[in-house]
Amino acid sequence: MPHQIPVVAYLRLGDPPHLTSAACTRCGALYFDRRNACARCFATDFTTRSLANEGTLRAFTFVGRAKRPYVSSVVALDGGGVVKANLLGVDRPEQVTPGMRVVLDTFVAGVDDEGTEAIAFGYRPLDGAPGGGAENDHGGTR
Amino acid sequence: MSGDDVWLIGAAMTPFGRFPDKDLIDLAADATLEALADAGTTMADINVLALGNVYEANSHNGQRLQKQVGQTGIPVYNVVNACATGATAVRVVLMSIAAGESDIGLAVGVEKMGKMGMIGGAAKPAAEKKVFSPKGRYGSVLKTEGVLGTGLMPGVFAQAGTEYALAHGVTATQFAKVAQKNHAHSVHNPLAQYRKEFSLAEILSAEMISYPNTLPMCCPTGDGAAAVVLVSGTRLRTMDPDVRRRAVKISASVLTADPWSESGQVQPDVNTLTRQAADAAYDKAGIGPDDLDLVELHDCFATAELLHYDNLRLCEPGGAGDFIDSGAPWRDGKTPVNVSGGLLSKGHPLGATGVANIFEVATQLRGEAGARQIEGARVGLTHVIGLASACAVHILEAGARR
Ligand SMILES: [Zn+2]
Repeated sequence: MPHQIPVVAYLRLGDPPHLTSAACTRCGALYFDRRNACARCFATDFTTRSLANEGTLRAFTFVGRAKRPYVSSVVALDGGGVVKANLLGVDRPEQVTPGMRVVLDTFVAGVDDEGTEAIAFGYRPLDGAPGGGAENDHGGTR
Repeated sequence: MSGDDVWLIGAAMTPFGRFPDKDLIDLAADATLEALADAGTTMADINVLALGNVYEANSHNGQRLQKQVGQTGIPVYNVVNACATGATAVRVVLMSIAAGESDIGLAVGVEKMGKMGMIGGAAKPAAEKKVFSPKGRYGSVLKTEGVLGTGLMPGVFAQAGTEYALAHGVTATQFAKVAQKNHAHSVHNPLAQYRKEFSLAEILSAEMISYPNTLPMCCPTGDGAAAVVLVSGTRLRTMDPDVRRRAVKISASVLTADPWSESGQVQPDVNTLTRQAADAAYDKAGIGPDDLDLVELHDCFATAELLHYDNLRLCEPGGAGDFIDSGAPWRDGKTPVNVSGGLLSKGHPLGATGVANIFEVATQLRGEAGARQIEGARVGLTHVIGLASACAVHILEAGARR
């Protein structure tokens, strides 16, 4: 198996892969990036929290003007945290329904000159993927 | 005319479009000289100047403008605040007058974008890195645009639209109707960048930029400038009767930025700061949404306009789809929205937009809008929002009844 690295530090490639987040120790606000102080309560202490792999689709768009068309989405994770990622295995807007349940999946987003794979994450519909799931894709509609 | 009020006595905008033979300062000077003439004044009277511009913001364009229209030593504020840049320049002048430091001021917004392509579109991809290594606050090893969703403007405003659509049952056709309306309105506006009507079928079948927004549902880039002259109520009382008769009262001027929200770190929330700005403006002016004779709001994408019907309280909560279906925001409807053609058709030279909206509403309230005049318009609202985010709402009222 080639060496792998997550595309962003808040993706952990453990078993199973999952997201982590900085969490404000005072108010619990979640941040994927490094923060100097909490934007909600101004405290300066943070801890790290693991986030759920399942959630509910909140918003989406089929991006047409791109080299490889893909679907972007915003997902509200069970137990807290909102994340943006590609929606995988969906081909048509009509397949997206209010309150759609999704689950995290990973794919190879690139390989560097040393053969290291950059692993990204996206979300697939939880109850039977309507479009079928191609491996290692960007959720494209080719 | 209370001494505390701030009034608009001059307004102008250049046509919006592409003007390769004019530089940024030519455009700003054109709008400035026309607004000063409209106000019956000159740079000799002006106490304060604010200039809004986004793409050349480090060039001190206010001072560059003074060198072309009049150097009198007055203070200059160079302003940049996303798509609320022009409106922020207006607000800087207004604050200076309200603080008693000035009694007559000039606000100018200008942008020269040329043919930049889609607003906020993808930059040229950088050369691929040889070896992955985590960088920045997210520890990212490659560009995540298109890999972890989209953060570009067309995608952000599309996702803002589908979030509303999933919650309230809005259809792609209802979003397209917004573009149909604004392109139809622009036919009456000689200053608009595009003046071409589209059928609903043409809009729905056009190139999909970012679902549900097709090409005619996205605003173009372009060049243009707008300028306004503001005075204190006290100063206005000393002015020529013709200036007083055409004066327009600025009844509210509100600027907001994003409050914290859980989802805001991954997907800008264009709603909350707009709601907060609108509510504060209505409160300040003592005016409600039902009192508005027209609205110029920030339709950078068709999805955005639909959301702002709700955010500006023009429709029932969750009822923006029904609102466009009812015809209410058409120029002959209950609350005409974007009779100028809006950003979708009039154009969106970023720094100019927030001043041009005020020009449009002021011109309507003065009864001087020609073929696009909304008869008897007395009260209007302007709204701009730019990602960062910054939102400005102004409420304008016609002066003494003619
Ligand atoms: Zn906190």
